[in-house]
Amino acid sequence: MDNEQTITPMTEAEERTDTQVFGFWLYLMTDLIIFGVLFAVYFVLRGATFGGPASYDLFSLRSALAETIVLLTSSFTCGLALVAAQRGKANQTIGWLAATFALGAAFLALELTELSRFVATGASPERSAFLSAFFTLVGTHGLHIGVGLLWIAVAIVQVRLRGLTAGTRSKLTRFALFWHFLDIVWIFIFSTVYLYGII
Amino acid sequence: MEHFLLGDLTWSALPHQWFTVGATATIVAGLAVLAGLLTYLKKWKWLWKEWLTSTDPKKIGIMYIVMASVMLFRGGLDAAMIWLQQAMSAGNAPGFLGAAHGYLDANHFQQIFTAHGDIMVFFVTMGFFFGLINLIVPLQIGARDLAFPFMNSLGFWLYVAGAVFINMFFVIGGQFAGSGWLSLPPLSELQYSPGTGIDYWVWSLQISGLGSLLGGINFVATILKMRAKGMTLMKMPLFTWTSLCSMVLVIASFPVLTITTLLLWADRFFGMHFFTTTAGGNPMLYVNLIWMWGHPEVYILVIPAFGIFSEVVSTFSGKRIFGYVSMVMAAIGITLLSFLVWLHHFFTMGAGADVDAFFGIMTGVIAIPTAVQIFNWIATMYRGRIRFTTPMMYFLGFAGIFTMGGMAGVLLSIPGADFELHNSLFLVAHFHTMIVSAALFGIFAGITYWFPKVTGFTLNERIGRRAFWLWVVGYFVSFIPLYILGFLGATRRLDHYAASTGWQPLFITAGVGVLIIAAGALTQVWQVIVSIRERDEHRDTTGDPWGGHSLEWSTPSPVPYYSFAVAPEVDSRDAFWEMKKRGWKPGPAAPGTYKDIVMAKNTGMAIYLSGFVFLGAFGLVWHIIWLAVAGIGGAIACFIIQSFDEDTEYILPAAEVERLDRMAWERNK
Repeated sequence: MDNEQTITPMTEAEERTDTQVFGFWLYLMTDLIIFGVLFAVYFVLRGATFGGPASYDLFSLRSALAETIVLLTSSFTCGLALVAAQRGKANQTIGWLAATFALGAAFLALELTELSRFVATGASPERSAFLSAFFTLVGTHGLHIGVGLLWIAVAIVQVRLRGLTAGTRSKLTRFALFWHFLDIVWIFIFSTVYLYGII
Repeated sequence: MEHFLLGDLTWSALPHQWFTVGATATIVAGLAVLAGLLTYLKKWKWLWKEWLTSTDPKKIGIMYIVMASVMLFRGGLDAAMIWLQQAMSAGNAPGFLGAAHGYLDANHFQQIFTAHGDIMVFFVTMGFFFGLINLIVPLQIGARDLAFPFMNSLGFWLYVAGAVFINMFFVIGGQFAGSGWLSLPPLSELQYSPGTGIDYWVWSLQISGLGSLLGGINFVATILKMRAKGMTLMKMPLFTWTSLCSMVLVIASFPVLTITTLLLWADRFFGMHFFTTTAGGNPMLYVNLIWMWGHPEVYILVIPAFGIFSEVVSTFSGKRIFGYVSMVMAAIGITLLSFLVWLHHFFTMGAGADVDAFFGIMTGVIAIPTAVQIFNWIATMYRGRIRFTTPMMYFLGFAGIFTMGGMAGVLLSIPGADFELHNSLFLVAHFHTMIVSAALFGIFAGITYWFPKVTGFTLNERIGRRAFWLWVVGYFVSFIPLYILGFLGATRRLDHYAASTGWQPLFITAGVGVLIIAAGALTQVWQVIVSIRERDEHRDTTGDPWGGHSLEWSTPSPVPYYSFAVAPEVDSRDAFWEMKKRGWKPGPAAPGTYKDIVMAKNTGMAIYLSGFVFLGAFGLVWHIIWLAVAGIGGAIACFIIQSFDEDTEYILPAAEVERLDRMAWERNK
C-alpha cells in the first residue's frame, strides 16, 4: 500500500511513450537476432576462403579504428542530443542531431571506401564464402546506419516543425536506442571480426 | 533498354501450361465477379471505409480469418492434387496431360507439394491464429485496441501481400519453387533451380514474415502493457497466456527465417556463396538455421491452440481449469524447449552420437509439459458437467489424435529410429497428425466458440458435429495409411513408384480420406451458410451464450467497435465468472460510469505501404531494378509520411458511449 502512495501514476502521454519504447525494445531484440545469425554465419564461414584472400590479408586496423572512433563519438553526440531534448532546448537538440548525422555519414563514407578498396583488389563478395559473410555482416550494419541517417533527417525536420512535444521526444528516445544499439553491434564487429581477424 | 524496363520478364513468362492458364483464369474470373458484385451493390466505399482501412483488431481479425479460409481452400486443392497423382502413378501405366506417370510431371508435382506446405503453414494456420488472437486477446485482457493499431493493420496487409505474392507465379512466371517447403540448398541455388520460382518463394516469406514479426511485437507489447486494471500476469486467461508464448516465439524465431532466406537470395541474386557447393559455401548451415526457426514455428502453430482448448474445456465442463499455474509453466516450458530441439530434423547430418543424443533427449523432454497440459484438461473434465458442444467435440478429437501423434513423435526423437524413418511418409503422417489435430481442430474449436461473440449468433450445432465427425474419420482414413506406407519404405514427395511395391491400395485409401476431409470442409461452409440463414433462431442475447469465464463474454454480442463501454477492472482469475457470482447481469453499465474513449482512426497507409513492398519485391524477383528501387523508395516515403501524421485518433464522448451501449443491449432484447 505504501508503494502505491509514493509512486505518482503516469500521465497518458508518459504511458504512451512507455509502451512505444517498450515496443521498440522488442524490435531491437529481433534485430539483434538477425545480427546474431550473421555473426554465427561469419564465424562458421570465416575459414572458407577458397584460395582467396583471408581476413589477415585484407583488414587494416587503422581504418577499422578510425570507423570505430567516429561511430563512438556519434553515439556521444546522440546522447547529448537526448539530454538537450530532455531539457527542452530544441535548437541545441537539432545541433547535436546534425553532428550525429555528420559523424554517421563520415562512418558510412569510411566504410564504403574500405569495402570498395577490397572489391578493387578482387576481394568481392562473390569470391568466397568468407567474403560473402564478411560483406553481408558489415553491409547489414552499414545499411542500418543508412536508415539511421534518414531517421535523423526526419527527426530534425519534425523537431524544427513541432518543437519538443511528447511525440517528438518519444521518437528521439527510440532513435537514440537504435543508434546506441548499432554502436554496440559495431563494437562486436570491431573486436570479433577486425581484431580477431588480424591475429 | 528492354532489359532495363522489364528485367528478365519475357513473353514466355506469361501463362501457357494448363495449370497456370487454368489458375490464372480462375483468379481473374474470381476477382472480376467480386469486383462486379461490389460495383453492383455499390459497396466499394463501404468496403474501403469499414473494412480495408480499419485499425479495429476485431475487423482485422475477421479479415485474417477470411483470407486464411481462402488460402485453406487453395492449399487443400494442392493436397488433393498430390493425392490424386500418388493414387494414379503406380507402375508403368501411361500418364495424362503429357506426364510420364499419373497426370503431373515430376517438376509440376514438386511445385505442388512445395506450395501446399508453405501455404498451409504461413497463410492458413498463421493467418487463422493471428485472426483469432486479434479478435479475442484484446477482449480477454480488457483492452480496447492493440498497443500499435497502425502496425496491426500493416501486419495484416503485409500478410495479404505475401499471400498474393505466393500465387503470383501462376500469372507471371509459370513456375513456383519445386524444392520443398523450406527450399533447402544446394537444390534451391541458382545452379539447380534457375528461373524465378525460388525468388517468389523467398519474397513471399519475407513479406509475410515481416507482417508476422510486426504482429508478434504488437501482441507482446499489448499483453504486457495494456491489461485491465488488476489483471496481473497470473490472472490472465490461458488463451492470452499461450498467445503471449506464441508471439514471443514469433519475435525470437522469425528474424532467423528472414535473414536465412535473405542469405539464400543473396546467393542467387548477387552470386554470393553462403550455401553453395562451391567457393566454400556450406549448405548444412542453411539447414541448421532454417530449422532454428522451423521448430519454434511448429510451436507457434500449436501453443495458441492449447490455449483455445483450455478455454473450451473449462467453459464446457463448468469448472475452473485444473492446475492453472502448471498450465502456464507448461506453456512457458514448451516455449523454451522448442529452441533446443532443431537438430532432430536432420539427425542424418552426421553430427555424431553425442550431439544426436542431446537433441534426441531434449525432444523427448518436450513430451512432459505437453502431457501436463493433457492431464490437466482431463482433470478439468473430471466430475464436471460436460456439455458436448462442437468445440468440446473438437477438443476430444484433438486429445486422442494428438496423443497418438505425440507418441509417433517420441518414437521419431530416438536418433536410431529416426535414421530409418527420416524423410519417409511416417514423418509426413506424424506432423500432419500434430498440425491437423492441434492447430486445425483448435482453430475450428476457437471459431465455433467465439463465433457468437463476433457475429451475434451461434453456429448450427447439428451440422457442426457432422463436420467434426467427417474431419475425424477423414483424418484417420487418410493418414493411418501414410504411417503404414512409411514403415514399408515409401519416402515423402514421391511422384511415382513401382507397382510391385504393392503400395497403391494404401495410397488410394489415403485419397478416399482426403475426399472425406473435403466433405467435412464443405459441411463447415454449409454450416456457416445455414447458420446465417437461421440467425434469428440462434441469437445470442446475453453476450454470454456458453457461460464463459473471461472478460470477452461481458460485452454484448456482436462486440461494439469500442469493445468495452466502461473499462473493466479485475481482481481474480476467471474474472467474468467472479463478476457473475457477485450478481453481474447483462445490460448497460450504471449511468455516470461512462468516460470518454480515445479511438484509433482508420488509415489506408498500411495498404499503400504493403503495395509498394509488393512492387519492390516483384522488381527484385524479375531483376527489374527501377521497380525494386521505386517500390522500396515508395515504402520508405509512406513510412515517413505516416510518422508526420499525428492526427491518428479521435475521441468518442462519454454521452455517445452511453447511448451506443444502451442501444447494443437494447437491440438484443
